[in-house]
Amino acid sequence: MHFTVNGKQVEAACDLRTSLLDLLRDYLGLTGSKKGCNQGACGACTVLVDGERINSCLALAVQYQGRAITTVEGLATADGLSPLQAAFVEHDGFQCGYCTPGQLCSAVGMADEARRGVPSNVTEDLAADIVLDHDELRERMSGNLCRCGAYNGIIAAISETYAKAAA
Amino acid sequence: MSVVQDAAALAQGAAQSVMKKAVELAPDSWLPGGKPDPLIRQKHGLVGTPVSRIDGPLKVKGAARFAAEIPLENMVYAALAHSTIPRGRIVTLDVASAEAAAGVVLVMTYRNAPRLQPPPLFLTAAKAVSGDNLPVMQDAEIHWNGQPIAVVLAETQEQADHAASLIVATYERAPARTAFEAAKADTASGSFGGEPLLLEIGDAEAALAAAPHKIDATYTTPRHNHNAIELHAATLTWQGDDLIIHDATQAVSHTAWSLAQVFGIREAQVRVTSPYVGGGFGGKTLWQHQILAAAAARLAGRPVRIVLSREGVYRGVGGRSMTEQRVAIGAQIDGGFDAIVHTGTVAMTANNALPEPFILATKAAYAAGSFKLDVQVAEMDMIANTFMRAPGESVGTFALESAVDELAVELGLDPIELRLRNEPEKDPTAGTPFSSRNLVEAYRAGAERFGWATRSATPGARRDGEWLIGMGCATAAYPYHRMPGGAARLTLTKDGRVTVAVAAHEMGMGTATAHSAIAADRLGLPLDQVTFEYADSALPGVVLAGGSQQTASVGAAVIAAHGALVTELLKLAGNDSPLAGLKADDVAGYDGGLCKRDEPGRHETYASILSRAQRDQVSAEVAAPPPLEVQHWSMHSHGAMFCEVRVNAVTGELRISRFLGSFDCGTIINPKTAASQFRGGIIMGLGLALMEETQFDERSGRIMNPSLAEYHIPVHMDVPAIDIIWTDIPDPHAPMGARGVGEIGITGVAAAVANAVFNATGKRIRDLPITLDKLL
Repeated sequence: MHFTVNGKQVEAACDLRTSLLDLLRDYLGLTGSKKGCNQGACGACTVLVDGERINSCLALAVQYQGRAITTVEGLATADGLSPLQAAFVEHDGFQCGYCTPGQLCSAVGMADEARRGVPSNVTEDLAADIVLDHDELRERMSGNLCRCGAYNGIIAAISETYAKAAA
Repeated sequence: MSVVQDAAALAQGAAQSVMKKAVELAPDSWLPGGKPDPLIRQKHGLVGTPVSRIDGPLKVKGAARFAAEIPLENMVYAALAHSTIPRGRIVTLDVASAEAAAGVVLVMTYRNAPRLQPPPLFLTAAKAVSGDNLPVMQDAEIHWNGQPIAVVLAETQEQADHAASLIVATYERAPARTAFEAAKADTASGSFGGEPLLLEIGDAEAALAAAPHKIDATYTTPRHNHNAIELHAATLTWQGDDLIIHDATQAVSHTAWSLAQVFGIREAQVRVTSPYVGGGFGGKTLWQHQILAAAAARLAGRPVRIVLSREGVYRGVGGRSMTEQRVAIGAQIDGGFDAIVHTGTVAMTANNALPEPFILATKAAYAAGSFKLDVQVAEMDMIANTFMRAPGESVGTFALESAVDELAVELGLDPIELRLRNEPEKDPTAGTPFSSRNLVEAYRAGAERFGWATRSATPGARRDGEWLIGMGCATAAYPYHRMPGGAARLTLTKDGRVTVAVAAHEMGMGTATAHSAIAADRLGLPLDQVTFEYADSALPGVVLAGGSQQTASVGAAVIAAHGALVTELLKLAGNDSPLAGLKADDVAGYDGGLCKRDEPGRHETYASILSRAQRDQVSAEVAAPPPLEVQHWSMHSHGAMFCEVRVNAVTGELRISRFLGSFDCGTIINPKTAASQFRGGIIMGLGLALMEETQFDERSGRIMNPSLAEYHIPVHMDVPAIDIIWTDIPDPHAPMGARGVGEIGITGVAAAVANAVFNATGKRIRDLPITLDKLL
């Protein structure tokens, strides 16, 4: 099967049962995407497909041929960490680092959803531009669990990055 | 126990108590920590300044390799099948379909597993680290619902998982103790680490009966699971008779020794590495999966990777036990405590070491005229319960600190004022002096910052539309521990770099970052000249990442190794050095070398010393002194927890709107990572308060919610911005002045929430978690 991961064409002889997550981790050696529950409950496996965030543990690899898959390994820029990654380090937005790749990919997808005007459960005015305030960020990131409890740092990092980007 | 064993145990007990008394009475200067660590006085170093994690860039790039991510040539994948009854025997076990399934390399059951010794149970030996001591797949006996009954190895994970699903077992059931009420009919006194969980001072029941004011209530807490987001995993291989295991563990040296006992090989034949652990919280120790994977690898002659499913973690790795606690406090009219009674029952299996010791914090919390503390154990047939973040204190402080709040209401006193009136001058049950206790200061600073003065003592007085708003507080407490066995090696090379080597762990605490900063300050080097090697059983030291003691353990070992290193350097420096004639105690690390402590101009660089001595490097490996300081002083961290809740008067929805933790934990080594540890503990405490519960089917003994979809932990939306402050008063008797910060954050939180809920609604919830049905 043929896949496009982080801009590169790759081939893998995986099982039809293989999830997108296991494809990345076990067949392509891209172990940045993490397995925390394998049932879509924790978000550690979040990757971007054509720019949208999905739980890769709930996706069958075979269905994602020909789609642009971006993992945490694809977020860093040629000259180092992306601004979001650097902000995670600066704000201590992780402890063990296991949920971090999922938080990062999820944040990238989340910011794009907000730019496109996709509302969340706490959006009060559906007609207005979405402002990623504290509640919007927390609500939209709630699919990504962190057991170490780095939530404050994660939100600070995301807020700083996308507030800066918008300014 | 035979008469001879009884006598031996008594004699040992007597010898221990004589020793303990001697340590209590010895002069301070004889003891570890008797002289304050010189680093406490150093004001211009890295310690105390916020430093970003040195492994941060690796982690945000997804490049830190966890146990399930180490590639091994020719590796196979493991999957487990689990029992579906709580007690009995396997009668038939049909593995033919599994063996015939595509890709299957091996199916291992009790019939073909290699003969193994039972794993050494925690606390039964210095390096014992197994959650239970039951035989591992050695016979047809079933001890709990979920016990592994077969291991499948296959070329891919999908093949292994499928084949495991084809295994069919039938059982002969035996009577099982799976109902707590029934198990409670036959309890025994608990003991923890050889000490009985029973303490009586005076006649507390009589004092309680006679007291003019009192509270007497029962508090219950359910089972909990650690739920580190990283699944338990190991990638391992045999090289001849040597086992190499890349494990997810908080105890590399303990695991190496314990696995050696199981397989009947020498400790040095097992090498355990674990550089990145995706959260531990007490759960990442030795359970059956590592042993089963190693045994199957041996049979198959192939390297094996085992990654438990999330359900597999619930089935095969224990969590925190349930508790039922009575707290009764009798007080005088001025609020002074005459009696503290803290008793109750916990569930526990017959084959483990931990009766959830909920009385621990109560032993040093308040001055009182009398005490009665007692943990009774009801045996049940279930997965062995185990250590989970602040075992004892997390749930014990819920009961104690709720009761103190209830008593304050009864007395018409502010709950902080009631606590301050009962602040002890020395350890109220051990009688030893406190090494450093500044809880009053933590309350004062916390109350001021949180705006405690704006709280109304009358429940339900503050309302914002449908939302009732309340404030509560509670005391957090966790002891300083330092376990025996710490050791470290310091190696200084002629380019002026130092390598610190200790078999310590990084589960997210910021270990490498903190200890690199400490070593840099101690040696007078910049941070980038320090390398911290850790997480490998081949390195020096037996350092459990548990009990919030790793920093103290590593710190004491590094102090000892540093002393030896400096002595050696002064010897090498000889008479031509500006340092000539000085002793190790006279010098300090400064500006890439050593200087006379009070005369920085008298200085020589490490490079210069080594170059003149024609040495490439100098190294010192030294064990830390035994941790006698904990017997001489009462050493505890404290915190004042403040919570504001909003409770919807219509729906019962409960939201935490503000939280502040004001801590007294000694020196804060790295404010950035320490604040994260405090917040992380508080957030796990919010889970304990609001939502966490492992649901146990009392008919079948089976855990009913073995998933992150049904066992709820706090998510982003549940967590407000949490304010953290600390006293930063160094403990003169702890290495670096630091008492540890990993566990205290979870303590006191549930009581602070429950007390705030009472202030908001007038409803006193004594049964965790505080779900909305209890507020309607």
